Amino acid sequence: MLVTVKEIQAWLSDYTEAIEKNKDYLSELDTPIGDGDHGNNMNRGMSEYQKAFEAKQPQTITETFKVLSMALISKVGGASGPLYGSAFMNLTKASKDLTEITSEKQLGDLFETGLSGIQARGKAVAGDKTMVDVWQPVVEQLKHSDLSKNNIEAAKEQTKDMQAKKGRASYLGERSIGHIDPGATSSALLFQSLLPYLN
Amino acid sequence: MKKIINEPKEIIEEMLIGIVNSYPSLVHRVEDSRVVAKNAPAKQVGLVSGGGSGHEPAHAGFVGDGMLSAAVLGDVFTSPTPDQIEIAIKEADRGQGVLLIVKNYTGDILNFEMAKDLAEMSDIPTEIVVVDDDIAVEDSTYTAGKRGVAGTILVHKILGNAAKNGASLTELKEMGDRIVAATKTIGVALKAATVPEVGKPGFSLEDDEIEFGVGIHGEPGYRREKLQPSKELAKELVSKLLAAYDQRPKKLGILVNGMGGTPLMEQFVFIHDVLNLLNAEKINVAFRKVGNYMTSIDMQGISLTFIDLADENWQKALNSSVTTISW
Repeated sequence: MLVTVKEIQAWLSDYTEAIEKNKDYLSELDTPIGDGDHGNNMNRGMSEYQKAFEAKQPQTITETFKVLSMALISKVGGASGPLYGSAFMNLTKASKDLTEITSEKQLGDLFETGLSGIQARGKAVAGDKTMVDVWQPVVEQLKHSDLSKNNIEAAKEQTKDMQAKKGRASYLGERSIGHIDPGATSSALLFQSLLPYLN
Repeated sequence: MKKIINEPKEIIEEMLIGIVNSYPSLVHRVEDSRVVAKNAPAKQVGLVSGGGSGHEPAHAGFVGDGMLSAAVLGDVFTSPTPDQIEIAIKEADRGQGVLLIVKNYTGDILNFEMAKDLAEMSDIPTEIVVVDDDIAVEDSTYTAGKRGVAGTILVHKILGNAAKNGASLTELKEMGDRIVAATKTIGVALKAATVPEVGKPGFSLEDDEIEFGVGIHGEPGYRREKLQPSKELAKELVSKLLAAYDQRPKKLGILVNGMGGTPLMEQFVFIHDVLNLLNAEKINVAFRKVGNYMTSIDMQGISLTFIDLADENWQKALNSSVTTISW
């Protein structure tokens, strides 16, 4: 496996498209247990990333993550902005001087810094029915060279039967059960977009 | 969806310009930003609030002499971003520091905290008062906590008055936390709000149903109940609010807040029932306010807020005059 700045940028470009394509679906997921804006918020953030990318032309992995992190923090708003922003801010720091990633384990270690950023900001743990319920399994799967479409899907699906302990969904208590978490879904899309570049 | 708008994605921009161009003697927009600030700010601690749009007149309607120094406008029901909040902080800062009044939602808390970090990097002392007056979310240990709803405007009013009278940042923070602890709100909805970019109501209710314990962001409430006459609703809400106090208040301020889609006619019928009940309970009502102050776009419903007015100064502060668009 060889992941360089080219693959990282292609991945994030694919993710931008995936968010655009799925924005109504994400907002639909955000309706029974939220306020229906997750898709629009993420789409706004990723469109800003695309604009900033074209303007700044980042040349390295770390610069690319920095452009993304700033775009998400300044355009997404809500809880998703700071949470995704902090994840990519940590990825920016962790990828300083990094030019190539040659194993899934190395990638797992890298994404683990992103996960710590999310948990430091939002204080969620696994089982709270949040994006952490996808990031944590994905990090584990990468460390065991076990990342696959099915495994990512399964992690996302598992959020369905959890009772939300964080975020707007938590106000619904038991009524949040039976609905997939939108943040887990946008995170699943992130890692699914990455898969083609890991071969 | 029938709304008087142009493109949904232009709403915030157009609304913001509409506000400042309608009341140019009171407020102005900080250039190229989502910040509405008061004209001719005095030398005092700056007061900044804000949050998602969709709660108008909150918060831009409360910017002015005696209340907020600046308000930050997020996208609909979405908290504003740290860079925008930082602009508001810098605008509000007159050398005595800035107090941020933040409603308790994960997004608002995260973004305002990040902005506080940014402000401190620029050597502007900043404090945050978190408003969590909503009593509807029970068992808040396992949730994101109690929400900040209509009681927020009473916090704006009392702290605004104190700041104008020269209170320090530390004093305002301490006072703010005490005001929040004394303020309790509960809301009901008859019909969900429609977010423009979403195009349909956030939840649907039968003709005889109400959503109990709603917040102000269009999410479903905590429980569904049958529609009751105003008298019965008032009895239930008043008893829930009184029970939420450790010590039953002897003197109250009350706010009946329309969620945007409920006529004043109904709000006045409702407060009539509330006042009768409090009178029967021999509780002194020293302050009353009725109207649309912390709305949820076009949600049909109301919220009822009590504030324990044991502190004489708070009563004075609530009754003092201000120069804002909407108080």
